[in-house]
Amino acid sequence: MTRQMTGAKMVVEALKDQGVEVVFGYPGGAVLPIYDEIFQQNAIRHILVRHEQGAVHAAEGYARSTGKPGVVLVTSGPGATNAVTGLTDALMDSIPLIVLTGQVPTFMIGSDAFQEADTVGITRPCTKMNWLVKDTDNLADTIHQAFHIAKSGRPGPVLVDIPKDVQFATGTYVGIPEAKVSHYQPRVHGDPAIIEALVEAMEQAERPVFYTGGGVINSGPRASALLRELVEATGFPITSTLMGLGSYPASGDKWLGMLGMHGLYEANLAMHGCDLMINVGARFDDRITGRIADFSPGSLKAHIDIDPSSINKVIHADFPIIGDVTHVLEEVLRVWKARGRKTNAPALKTWWGRIADWRNVNCLRYKPSETTIKPQYALERLEALTKGRDRYICTEVGQHQMWAAQFLGFDEPNRWMTSGGLGTMGYGMPASVGVQIAHPDALVINVAGEASWLMNMQEMGTATQYRLPVKQFIMNNERLGMVRQWQELLHGERYSHSWSEALPDFVKLAEAFGAKGIKCSDPAGLDDAIMEMLDYDGPVIFDCLVEKHENCFPMIPSGKAHNEMLLGEADTKNAIGAGGGVLV
Amino acid sequence: MPPLNIEKGSTSHSAYDLRSHLSDVVETHTLAVLVQNEAGVLARVIGLFSGRGYNIESLTVAEVDRAGHRSRITIVTSGTPQVINQIKMQLDRMVPVHEVQDLTVDGPFVSRELALIKVIAKGEHRVEALRIAEIFRANVVDSTLQSFVFEITGTPEKVDAFCELMRPLGEVRLARTGVAAIARGT
Repeated sequence: MTRQMTGAKMVVEALKDQGVEVVFGYPGGAVLPIYDEIFQQNAIRHILVRHEQGAVHAAEGYARSTGKPGVVLVTSGPGATNAVTGLTDALMDSIPLIVLTGQVPTFMIGSDAFQEADTVGITRPCTKMNWLVKDTDNLADTIHQAFHIAKSGRPGPVLVDIPKDVQFATGTYVGIPEAKVSHYQPRVHGDPAIIEALVEAMEQAERPVFYTGGGVINSGPRASALLRELVEATGFPITSTLMGLGSYPASGDKWLGMLGMHGLYEANLAMHGCDLMINVGARFDDRITGRIADFSPGSLKAHIDIDPSSINKVIHADFPIIGDVTHVLEEVLRVWKARGRKTNAPALKTWWGRIADWRNVNCLRYKPSETTIKPQYALERLEALTKGRDRYICTEVGQHQMWAAQFLGFDEPNRWMTSGGLGTMGYGMPASVGVQIAHPDALVINVAGEASWLMNMQEMGTATQYRLPVKQFIMNNERLGMVRQWQELLHGERYSHSWSEALPDFVKLAEAFGAKGIKCSDPAGLDDAIMEMLDYDGPVIFDCLVEKHENCFPMIPSGKAHNEMLLGEADTKNAIGAGGGVLV
Repeated sequence: MPPLNIEKGSTSHSAYDLRSHLSDVVETHTLAVLVQNEAGVLARVIGLFSGRGYNIESLTVAEVDRAGHRSRITIVTSGTPQVINQIKMQLDRMVPVHEVQDLTVDGPFVSRELALIKVIAKGEHRVEALRIAEIFRANVVDSTLQSFVFEITGTPEKVDAFCELMRPLGEVRLARTGVAAIARGT
């Protein structure tokens, strides 16, 4: 249906047609016409954040916990530049976002006008695609294209820059059916010949392992269901990246735990010693591979990825399969069943025996304390007291993030929101706002470090304004823990600027925001304090004072291989060589 | 377990490039990239090369299909087989890119460059410049008492050779288009 309307109204109509329910945003001069349209309707809910970076992370949290794209609306200039970190974060973690930015009117572009920035220029490398719309007649079509591109193939953030005169002018609105069909149609079906070859390899494999990533979650709930079916049917062990936690249940008996730099011993040694690695929707990130030359030296590697450029980028794939995880796993299962459901059972039994030995190392063990709260203990108790609840976990970035990945178990996809690729401190607080907006009745916890949390703490204002009962579980060691750990291991214990001398009183801060503050420093009182947090109907800042000098183990030092993991303090002497020191 | 047995070869649309991934021999490839002719598309392509640290030896772009809004970018680049493969994959996944052809891999191709060369010379050197131009089939497109402007078309090597021969004869000023290339046959 084509209709005449202003550009500003088109924006709202297009969002409605796309099924958008929530927009995270912040008004300003160059988006006032759109805000005026938002004021005059009720179909789309606008959530007013406190900073544009918060809007983008909130939209990421919304997107990751629902599987739907997140939508952001911000103004020109500083509004757009503040969104850049969130865009880059979403690009690295393949999160579908549609970011709408206001722009100075077309006739002023290039004149260094007030709040003018070259938004499409600045965001070109940190979006999947972006557009400057100069004609109102093209606006609706561009927004529909933007949704198509954000959601198809490998998802990612897109940006539409809309000058103010385009918002005021009248043009022809096109609905989704009339919008131009995009030539962008990524391939979703894998090559049958290679799938057949992979199944043949699976039948003979003596030491197979599934290595799964965020691609399984991005592919939708059916991908997780198929993965579970395939893992149970074949009996192969499975590990996952930080991004993929929850696609296979942590309570499953084939689960090895997370792999990578702070992954579990059994997961990393299984990767190192396997003869068939089946990568499903992961990208051989450097946190995963360690030293490339020694990465899983004796294995054939299958790589299932919807992005052709991920395949053979870092690690050579013997079975390169370009396609959507759901479609490919469906085919793998079908072919494997049709060929008679064969596995190399005796060899698998031996393989599981070796894995059992690695598990017995109990790599997550830590020295308990009766006087100070160990961060691992805090998370163990949080896990025990929230298990079985309708629970969503966000994190910031650092030690607490790795401990959360190690000690919290995820049995469902879309329950774990963390900044993986970009490692954005300040992600978790606004992300928890986005998750709670999407799931008003669920328990949403942001496991945080005090330093990360302070980076976007202004979003507590958003939480109280919308009565969002988000729980900010801050493991406060008064340190930049991960930086401190690296300085200890790599820079002669010279702790350059890695501690905070003037932290706020988090309980008073909570009260200032209209939230509840809880402080706990005694292991004996921790359970009661956590229960108090869970029972409170409203936002809580939980200041959990933990051991200040705890290091996060296991750890693969930079530049080392999977089988050179450090398991605890005793191993750390000269652990990182000169070559590893230049890596991050 | 047997290694994967699929046919050797490579096309611009698959990841199944079975050249040795360990080779560190730097190869030069000519790529033809068909793109949607829209604002910022060239910046997008160039940004990919600078952002990911790839080489551009030459790059030309012009609209080739006005009705369809298509432009063709010809890029000469160099890198190891793994890097070349990545460049093609990274280009191919960009939204406004319709097609990426690796002319170097796909078969014989014709590659041409146009150059305008101004030679400022005197006396015998002017005669010698004209003589060499005739051998190279370069046309004189402008002439004054002090200078010639030659127009020459050919492979980059031919243009290089012509320029080298002109340099001893006088001051040389040079404008080159970069390479345009297309596959031979149908």
